[in-house]
Amino acid sequence: MTGPRWLAPLAALGGLLVLLPLAGLVSRVEWSEFWSLVTAPDSLTALQLSIRTATAATVLTLLLGVPLGFALHGMRRGPLAPARAAVRAVVLAPLVLPPVVGGLALLSAFGRRGLLGEVLGGSLAFTTLAVIIAQAFVAMPFMVVSVESALVARSGRREAIAATLGASRTRTFVRVTLPGIVPALATGAVLAFARALGEFGATLTFAGSLAGVTRTAPLDIYLLRETDPEAAAALSLVLVAVAIGVVALAYRPVTTRTPR
Amino acid sequence: MRRGAALAGAAGLTVGLAACAGATGAAGPSATAIGATASGDRTLTVFAAASLTDVLEEIATAFETDHPGLHVLRSYAGSSDLAAQINEGAPADVFLSADQSTMDKIAGAVAGEPTVFATNTLTFVVPAGNPAGIADLASFAKPGVTTVICAPQVPCGAATATLAALGGVTLSPASEEASVTDVLGKVASGQADAGIVYVTDVARAEGVEAVPIARADAVVNRYPAAALAAAADAATAQAFVDYLAGDEARAVLTGAGFGAP
Repeated sequence: MTGPRWLAPLAALGGLLVLLPLAGLVSRVEWSEFWSLVTAPDSLTALQLSIRTATAATVLTLLLGVPLGFALHGMRRGPLAPARAAVRAVVLAPLVLPPVVGGLALLSAFGRRGLLGEVLGGSLAFTTLAVIIAQAFVAMPFMVVSVESALVARSGRREAIAATLGASRTRTFVRVTLPGIVPALATGAVLAFARALGEFGATLTFAGSLAGVTRTAPLDIYLLRETDPEAAAALSLVLVAVAIGVVALAYRPVTTRTPR
Repeated sequence: MRRGAALAGAAGLTVGLAACAGATGAAGPSATAIGATASGDRTLTVFAAASLTDVLEEIATAFETDHPGLHVLRSYAGSSDLAAQINEGAPADVFLSADQSTMDKIAGAVAGEPTVFATNTLTFVVPAGNPAGIADLASFAKPGVTTVICAPQVPCGAATATLAALGGVTLSPASEEASVTDVLGKVASGQADAGIVYVTDVARAEGVEAVPIARADAVVNRYPAAALAAAADAATAQAFVDYLAGDEARAVLTGAGFGAP
């Protein structure tokens, strides 16, 4: 499908809006020092922490986000059906919430003076676990959306056949449904990982910033930008490369891969 | 909302004026009112360190009263961010920095000598009631006390490190934040038992109190102000810098906890 010709200049402008800042970032990188900047101890510590926490957050979104996607899909029939849209909106809110708002929300739930403050006794504050929770909070919607739309696309016929053959609900879930939505799980996981890797505002507000414990790559860039702009640019470029790779991986034409 | 629109409009105006000033070329910036607009209103754009927010509102309003037809446009952010913006060509007439080293970063853009107009010192900040009983650097550094300070890379963190060294203690904070605001936020929300910030920051915050640090006077932070070479109206820009160092501005600054230079 091709639109009218006047779309082309607007499309070019749109492309520039994305490309120019990236080009600007690339122009700020001192290529002769790129490798030494990225492999400097502080940068490596931050990158390693980022990868560790983002991986843990992704596992957490699989553990919790997949069941949530199933629950949301299950709500389409039955007494809760009218509330489905509202529930979905709330569950997906972290996707569009300003990060600092997410941080304040997490603080008021898990912080020392938060709803669970008495139970946790401040044990969560300034820990790596706090980083993982902040990342999972913002990343889970990707998994929920991914799973729910994959389930909507399924007819349910295979599950019905499995049931008539005497398979338990758990067996059907593990052997039929889950294998059927593997591409959606992969897409959800990749996007969740990328979102977790890029998490900044909620981490800064909720978890703090200490090298090796809570200072992830984005927080390190935020700190470096004042004192060492070259290092900040180099580290930024690494995250840009990861982001582009992730999007390329996750947004291959999904329709051809989703079995019905 | 209205203020945002006004700011945007005024910013557009300033950019336009800067373009005009550029167009006059050889004439360069002069005291002749390049800043005059069609309506006869003039603007002075002041970039100021975020810690000056409250005092500058008051000082700028008083300065406007003294100069009918003049609008003082205020842009607040971290000193380093503002310095970077100025170096990238942002249309500022006056820069108020929270420390000398940041002012040095824009040395090429400054007209004349920067004037130190205020000072600030560090203090402990604790949640109301001081539940952890912070009294001195030793109790601040005690294991089991959750403390937050500025990262050594930023000015408040460098000052904190100097003060800790003077007191002969090694700090082991739970978090090293990129700005005073973030330190204050962690203490105000009760996440941390104590932090180290500037005296004036505590004065502006709620739900927290200050506990003086011994020998804090040994690490004084100086706030320099400078008129910028690119100022559309160099005379007014310099007048504002002079006003900051004058008695009226001094009274406002002292009221907010700033020290005299």
